[in-house]
This record gives sequence, structure tokens and C-alpha cells, in this order.
Amino acid sequence: MNNSIKQEQNELVRSAERENHGAMLNNIKVFLNGLIKENPTFVLLLGMCPTLGTTSSAFNGMSMGLATMAVLVFSNFIISLIKNLIPDMVRIPCYIVVIASLVTILQMLIKAYAPGVDAALGLFIPLIVVNCIILGRAEAFAAKNGAIPSIFDGLGIGLGFTFALTLLGACRELLGTGKVFGLTCFPEQYGALLFVLAPGAFIVLGYLIAIFNKLKKA
Amino acid sequence: MKKLESTLPNMAIVLTSIAVIAGLALGYVNSVTAGPIEDIKAQQLADGIKAVLAADELTVESPDTLESGAVVYRTDKGVAVQATDPNGFGGKLTVLVGFNSEGLIQGYRVLETSETPGLGAKAGDWFQKGQKGDIIGKQAGNLTVKKDGGEVDAITASTITSRAFLRCVNSAYEALSAQGDAETGASVQCKEGKEESNE
Repeated sequence: MNNSIKQEQNELVRSAERENHGAMLNNIKVFLNGLIKENPTFVLLLGMCPTLGTTSSAFNGMSMGLATMAVLVFSNFIISLIKNLIPDMVRIPCYIVVIASLVTILQMLIKAYAPGVDAALGLFIPLIVVNCIILGRAEAFAAKNGAIPSIFDGLGIGLGFTFALTLLGACRELLGTGKVFGLTCFPEQYGALLFVLAPGAFIVLGYLIAIFNKLKKA
Repeated sequence: MKKLESTLPNMAIVLTSIAVIAGLALGYVNSVTAGPIEDIKAQQLADGIKAVLAADELTVESPDTLESGAVVYRTDKGVAVQATDPNGFGGKLTVLVGFNSEGLIQGYRVLETSETPGLGAKAGDWFQKGQKGDIIGKQAGNLTVKKDGGEVDAITASTITSRAFLRCVNSAYEALSAQGDAETGASVQCKEGKEESNE
């Protein structure tokens, strides 16, 4: 009798451990999914406006990516917590209020405590509100999953976005001005200014998408 | 927990309460950050005045705001004028310009800009001493870019920004001469002389 109870307990503990392990594995899967398989820029082609607009240099691209990631993680977290309180028909306005508030808070914090970052991309921060990646993840992931996986999804997608924007910015900066992160690789007069301007963004993005998808298949 | 149904009262209550909570959070963060933001702005202005007048230490007499919106900061090392032009490429452009006792440009700093990063945003360096569009030591008032028949090299692919920038510099100079008293009498005369020679 005693034995069978112990056995049951043991099994319960083991299954709990398995579940924990599974949850962790699942989180990592969610994270990698956002980073590579569903990379927001190269695969989902979401958030093209900031992607094309802010990547005139590697630093700008990276800062925009990191700022977006910060908002994405928090918005995913908050929305996954309150998802059951939100009636379906008003979910989009509710998400937008949450996202816009987070972006405004981020902007005020950056202005107050990181004036250097504010000078570099203060103009782009408000644009994060209308980045469809954030609303898209709120709708597609956070509204259906728990808080912890939602944070991992935010991290994965955010890092994927940062990675894509930094790469795009670095390519454009290199081709346009001969520099990467401000470090000179070749003299500026050999750079093609076209790549710093808007058309260059489209050209570089096209090639990067092609290369990324080729590598992903391989 | 079961999802709330989409009835009218439910929707109104949820949306309102989310908006109220968001408003409270924003208000709180604003009250926390308002102080530091003001400090940083004041600090940047003080640094700017020092930089454009090339002085490590100076005393600013009370700032003087003119009708045109320009702000004149008189100091013991020269005069710094803050001027704004609404028609930059990305919107408002605010520049702080330092003038020496002869009314020549001693230095400048872009305080507020919405210009395109990588293009118009280069204005912060482009017009400094030794750079391509060097305006330091020049007589302001009639500065224009080469495309408009002037002598200043515009930023590559950012002529609109360059024009707005020079308008700022020129209106800063105008504010300085409009406010001309005994101390800046010399610079007013200087400007008149320049205009005559242009005609």
C-alpha cells in the first residue's frame, strides 16, 4: 500500500520534471523560431517601413531593432497576462493602447537617461507604435499563449528583427559610405550614395532576403 | 479563466479601464522623467553655448527672446544666438550660433533636428571648421549654398537641409544685429557694409 503511494508520488514528480523540461525546450523552440524560421524581416516580411527607413547605418538599424525588441517583449508579456480580460471585438484597440503606452514610456525613459541614443534615433521611437510586428505578435502569439512563452517569442522575434536591421544597415553603410559602425573600410568617395538613400534599401533588402532563404533551405 | 464575452458594457468597461491604467502609468513615468529631461536640455544648452563660443568658462547674462523666436544669450566671451527654421527636410531645425565681437561666426551647434540620419543629420559636422562646408569665421547674414549662387558647399544630397541650416544662421545674425546695442554696434555696421558690397 505504502509502496504504491510512493510510486505514484515519484511518478508525479517525474512527470512534473518532464513537463518543466518540455516547457523549457518549447520556449527555446519558440525563441529560435522567431530568430530564424519566422524571422520577421527576411521570412515574414513584416515591419517593412522601419526596416527600410531606419537602416541608413548599422548603428541606427541596431538601435531601432533593440528598441523594438524592448517594446515587443513587454507588450507580449502584458497582453498575454490580460488576454482573457479583453473581449474579442475590442482586442485591437486594447492592444494598440498597451503598445502605444509602452512606446511612450520607452521614449520618455530614453530622453531622460540616454540622451545619446535619443539624439541618434529619437525620431524613430514613436514609429514603433505602428510597427506591425508588434501588433502581429500580440495577435498571433501573445493572445493565445502564456506569459513565459510570450516573453521568449518577443525575445526571438525582437532579436531576429535586430539581426536583420543591423545586417541591412551594415550592408548599406558599407556600400554607401565605405564604413561599418563608423569604422572606415574603404575611402568614402568610392561609396555609392544610392545605398544610403531609399532605393538602396530596397535593393539590399531584396538581395538579403534571397540569400537568407537560400541559406535557410540548405 | 474564461474569456470575457463581447457585450457592449464589457467592451466599454475593459477599453476604458485599460486606457485609464495606461494614462496613469504614462503620467507617473512623465512625472519621474520630466526633471531629468529638463536638466539634460539645460545642460545641453549650456554646453552648446560654451562650444560655439570656444570658451571653457563663461557667464551667461539673462537670455533675451525676440519676436522672431530667436533667443540671444549674451556672455562675457561673445554672443550666442539660438535660431529656428521650420522648413528643414524633416521639420524644425534649431541651431545655436556663436558670434565673436566682430559679428563673425565663431562656432555653431545643432540643438534640435529631425533631418534624415546619414544625410541631412550630417549638418552637425559638415559646416564645422576644416570640413567641406566650413562656415566658421565667415560673415553671416547672406550665406547661401553654391547652388543658389552662394559660397557654402551644401551637404551632399541634402540641399534642403543645408538651405534651412543657413537660414537659421542668417536669422541668428539678424536677431543679433536687430538687438544691436553699444556692445554689438560694430557688428551692425559690419553687416551694412557687407550688404553694400553685395549690391
